[in-house]
Amino acid sequence: MNIVVCVKQIPDPANPSELDAESHFLVRPDDQIMDDGDRYGVEMALQLAEAAEGSVTLVSMGPAGNLQGIRQALAMGAEKAVIITDDALRGAGALETARVLAAAITREGFDIVLCGTESTDGYSGIVPQQIAELLGVPALTYARRVEVDGSTVKIEQQTAAGYNEVEAPIPVLLSLTAGAVEPRYPTFKGIMAAKSKPIDQLALSDLEIDVAGAGQEILTVAEAPGRAGGVKIEDEGEAHLEIVSKLQELKVV
Amino acid sequence: MKTWVFVEESNRAPAPVGLELLTKARAFGDVAAVFLGSSDEAIAELGRHGAGTVYKMTPPDGVLPAAAAAAALADLIASETPDLVLFGLTYTDRDVAGRLSARLGRPVVSNATDIRIDGDSVVVTNEIFGGTVLVETAVRAEAPALVIARPKSFAAEPGDEQTPTVTDVAVPDVGHAGSAAVTAVHEEKSQGPKLEDANIVVAGGRGLGAAEKFEMIEQLAGKLGAATGATRAVVDAGWVAYSKQVGQTGKTVKPSVYIACGISGAMQHLVGMKNSGTIIAINKDPDAPIFDVADLGIVGDVHQVLPKLLEALA
Repeated sequence: MNIVVCVKQIPDPANPSELDAESHFLVRPDDQIMDDGDRYGVEMALQLAEAAEGSVTLVSMGPAGNLQGIRQALAMGAEKAVIITDDALRGAGALETARVLAAAITREGFDIVLCGTESTDGYSGIVPQQIAELLGVPALTYARRVEVDGSTVKIEQQTAAGYNEVEAPIPVLLSLTAGAVEPRYPTFKGIMAAKSKPIDQLALSDLEIDVAGAGQEILTVAEAPGRAGGVKIEDEGEAHLEIVSKLQELKVV
Repeated sequence: MKTWVFVEESNRAPAPVGLELLTKARAFGDVAAVFLGSSDEAIAELGRHGAGTVYKMTPPDGVLPAAAAAAALADLIASETPDLVLFGLTYTDRDVAGRLSARLGRPVVSNATDIRIDGDSVVVTNEIFGGTVLVETAVRAEAPALVIARPKSFAAEPGDEQTPTVTDVAVPDVGHAGSAAVTAVHEEKSQGPKLEDANIVVAGGRGLGAAEKFEMIEQLAGKLGAATGATRAVVDAGWVAYSKQVGQTGKTVKPSVYIACGISGAMQHLVGMKNSGTIIAINKDPDAPIFDVADLGIVGDVHQVLPKLLEALA
């Protein structure tokens, strides 16, 4: 069972990101962390691989930086990683990202592809579906529980009203909600082992694909109008009364 | 500008975001709906919101519809050449729009909160960094422009009423890609007003500390006739049903009053609630981003403030 997990290195959300004033591209520091939402995909992949004697490969696109985020995922237990970095991909949109990832996934070979539902920094929320279409496989999206039964993958799919039970034969792509599994913390041994695990750094030419460009032009970037008149009160035992008077003012009590 | 709105049927009615988008699209000229469903009442409702033509796709039985719907839509786009196709940021719409985008080789702009036409360009406003920064993007790819808009970005209003011409669109067999079978459907019932329609929402986050503390949220909601909501962390932890989730993957709400309890205000959550009328937040971290959008922010422990608030409202 070949399991491929799509992961993304992102600027640490604890240190606010910014857009380059001229290009409007996100400034990406050298130190990037693995998107927190991707830990669930890695954990699920490891669990499925452990049950089916499979292998787990990470696939990522974006500036490699010092590869800290990729090593975090390797330290959890994935065997190897492929990261595609290319200047031509600066400012790439969701579709270019999906094309690159789909080409890399095809190159690695797969039975199951695991993705998050959306990245923490870009959150367009459509890359998994685009990859599935490019690979010609079913997309079992918004999965909150996953089970592999022979060559069938069964999930519980989050819906607006509750959930569906959905299943499809492999090869298949899954997008996971964060709660699907409890991600493990890397052990010291895992962290040490990650230092010598293979990380394949590829350029676009290695995948033999062209990326046409995002087909989008950013016209303006502006601060959103703030909410005026907000007050912040330190609770010293009576702050609930402020809420009561606010609710009275709003005529809801 | 020839605009199509993709609308999924939900409980024999058009999905609410579909009517919001039809209302917006009327200003752009000729409007048609691509309807994934079969209800005649729903089709009439699309007409009341200005759809002159309804392309009706009956979803294939017992499978996830997105792969087949995207294939049918791609064929229809090739023959009818719309300039703009709009989707709502819902589970099914995201699946269809993503697959369609890959099939057509066209980008899709997601998370739109406003759309305008500038000459013959489609210009989309979306919010990044949790809504603190607005970005305007012009679609420069070959038509049609594909856009996914956030629910509640526009108000739905009937207008330009039509008796739509209904065209049945065959949904093709897409083989393996369309083979995801739905074997059971579960609805999580909840009491009180519906989260997405409620006038007041009381929401709880990780700061509550434990599943049983969510009861305070329910009690406060009960007193105010409010719906309860939750953050992704809380539903992921299994404290409450997924249908309570407010945020990017979850529901977008716009109540008159939103009370955020123990919620730090991750981007994921803010995008789903920051357009609420009045936001009241209780959180012990004075630097929590939720305070940037709160009209009234209480820096304090929910375990102290909420019991006193419940008592004061008794």
